[in-house]
Amino acid sequence: MKNWTLKGLAAGKVTTKWPASGENDGQDKVLGFPTFHPQDCRPGCRECILKCPTRAFSTKTGVNDEESVALDYGRCINCQICVASCPTAALQSSSNLTFASKSRQDLVVDEGVNSRENDELRSRVSSIFKGSLHVRHVDAGSCNGCESELQALCNPFYNLHRLGIFFTPSPRFADVLLVTGPVVPQMKGPLLRTYEAMPRPRFVIAGGTCPISGAPFDMGYSGGSGLEIHLPVDISIPGCPPTPAAFIHGLLLLTDRINQRLHGGGYEQ
Amino acid sequence: MGTLVKAQVAASQLLNEARSLLEEGCRFQMAYLRYMGPVPEIVYLVDRGPNLEFLELTVRAETELPSLSDLVPLLSWYEREIMDLSDIIFTGNPEPFPLVLLEGMALTSLPFDPTSKEILQLFGDTTPPQLPEVLATQVQDLFWGPVRGDVLETGEFHFAYIGEEILHYTPRLFYKHRGIEQDLQQQDPESGVILAERVSGVGTICHGLAYCLAVEDALRLDVPRRAQLLRVILAEMERIYNNLHFFSMLSKTTTLKVGEAFGALLEERAKQINAQLTGHRFLRNVLAVGGLRRDLNVDILPTMLSNLQRDAIDYLDSLSATQSYLDRLIGTGTLSADVAFDFGATGPVAHGSGIKRDLRVHHPYSMYERLSLEIPVRTGGDALARSQVRGEALISAFDLIRQATELLEPGEIAAASPTSQPELADGLGWTEGPRGSCFYAVRIRNGLLERVKIKSASFSNWKVFPLTVHSSNMMDYAINEASFGLTIAGADR
Repeated sequence: MKNWTLKGLAAGKVTTKWPASGENDGQDKVLGFPTFHPQDCRPGCRECILKCPTRAFSTKTGVNDEESVALDYGRCINCQICVASCPTAALQSSSNLTFASKSRQDLVVDEGVNSRENDELRSRVSSIFKGSLHVRHVDAGSCNGCESELQALCNPFYNLHRLGIFFTPSPRFADVLLVTGPVVPQMKGPLLRTYEAMPRPRFVIAGGTCPISGAPFDMGYSGGSGLEIHLPVDISIPGCPPTPAAFIHGLLLLTDRINQRLHGGGYEQ
Repeated sequence: MGTLVKAQVAASQLLNEARSLLEEGCRFQMAYLRYMGPVPEIVYLVDRGPNLEFLELTVRAETELPSLSDLVPLLSWYEREIMDLSDIIFTGNPEPFPLVLLEGMALTSLPFDPTSKEILQLFGDTTPPQLPEVLATQVQDLFWGPVRGDVLETGEFHFAYIGEEILHYTPRLFYKHRGIEQDLQQQDPESGVILAERVSGVGTICHGLAYCLAVEDALRLDVPRRAQLLRVILAEMERIYNNLHFFSMLSKTTTLKVGEAFGALLEERAKQINAQLTGHRFLRNVLAVGGLRRDLNVDILPTMLSNLQRDAIDYLDSLSATQSYLDRLIGTGTLSADVAFDFGATGPVAHGSGIKRDLRVHHPYSMYERLSLEIPVRTGGDALARSQVRGEALISAFDLIRQATELLEPGEIAAASPTSQPELADGLGWTEGPRGSCFYAVRIRNGLLERVKIKSASFSNWKVFPLTVHSSNMMDYAINEASFGLTIAGADR
């Protein structure tokens, strides 16, 4: 008979110290969101717009009637196709992944648009949950990639419980609703009923690119266009899927325990 | 090399034809709806035997067609899906209830019908399902889902039970139906990979690769040898982390907490190796029609994988030396070979019930014919048997990666673009993923995808699973479900 207790103790501590200290966030070599510098674009070039499978790029007309290209990370599935198609160095691969943002606008790289200041009261309320946060997850049509990474949060490497964050079986004990998937028609009802069952104050996280914009499943008879048209979203965590570290960053950002790194589409290293 | 032979059959001859195919030892794989111009036809895909081309049997769809479900029970769900998404009725289908579109939902027009001019939308709100009437006293009804405990995929499960005994069990899937087959229509074949990789997150390679193989078959592309071998490495990397996840979940349901943590940590290590190799923890964004998007540096693999393999073997040995764990698996969720065959079980579920079928061996693709591979088989048919074949598949994945790495030579990783494009081309691609067989059938017209049919392994195994739940007991349910290792995303599409 195997003694699992001894086996476990002998294995020692394997949990990462990140984000309190150290750099070991388990994301080594993961290709993140592309960095985008529209000022380096070749005039009139539309390669990224043509090649992007999720229509994350669009053109904007500026004050001098000059056309420029904008990138919406809320539609980006970090597939790296734009990087390969870019004829200049305007688009480059990066290892930047923790893109969770409080405002949808912060996900857009677009010269001139400033990020909207968040409601101060809401952030005061959310910081009450610093010590203990209970999460109810709803899969509103995801590919199971996000679930796989959310399950990974509870593995010994990330050990989410050390941060005082727990998944609950019932929405009645939940402080935050974490939604994955584009919100397909058959999941709209169950999703809204789950939200209704939650006590107030309650928060909503869009986990992954799908619930932010629906991309790449925002088409056809059974696609969805994301969470925003159904529920008020407090935190958006883009990624296809977000890495466990990106999920942790988003959960900590909700309760103001970590700084937002993306502002107006620009990422702080 | 061809993958398909084609035959037409009249609706009146369909039953006879099916009967004679079964007598010849053929096995039906799937059925789907396709339009030839304005005319709907039903396509049956039939496996004629090892190394033989698959048979594509088409029948012109009339408003009513005879159901083949009595002869070939595995076809029942395919027929129900077609009935949901078209006007066609299969007379004699034993469960003529909604499957893909749930009760309470409706479509404004028909998804695959090219003559339909209306805007296509799915609307409504789900209402309680139609369930079989259970004739017994003191029966309790339990609905579990669609939103369940922990972090789980959406699905609703109905149990009719007395005390501990489950009399009848009905899974209600397809809440997550995304309509991906229709999304792919009119896309350019190259960009379709992005969606195919996202049909099932933990099946990125088995779906993405089956899609690429289907398009390459249609366009007659020759994938360079190096790309084929690298694809094998990707596919086996996927098998490794999925099977480690399987053992973590099986430990969880048998309340072996430390065993669960060990499995989850090994899975995490495997995902981190995936990221080191490809830049993505689920191996996404590497596959391309014709080969790979970029070359991979496999030099990092031997050390990392040999450490992981050593710890995985130690983990499996520890599990099989744990009496409390084994006791919960022995005799749980027994599936006989006959039922497994008739209802379409695939992959480890079939292997655990004594069915020795594996596409990597019987219809080899991507140079699997150059690798030596033993299909793990057990005859017990219970949760223990399913876990044992999974364990052997896990260890053999390490070995296959080693074999493929040894054969690797520097070279091209993408096929040359085709010089001419046929007006109409059909292709079939298949893979044996961690959960079993995955098929993609594509039709390309004038350079655009006209129809893509996706058959995931879990779609097949979910059809079989309830048969092992009826008459079992509540306490064993979670263990039995974990031993099937099912996903919902791929089945729902």
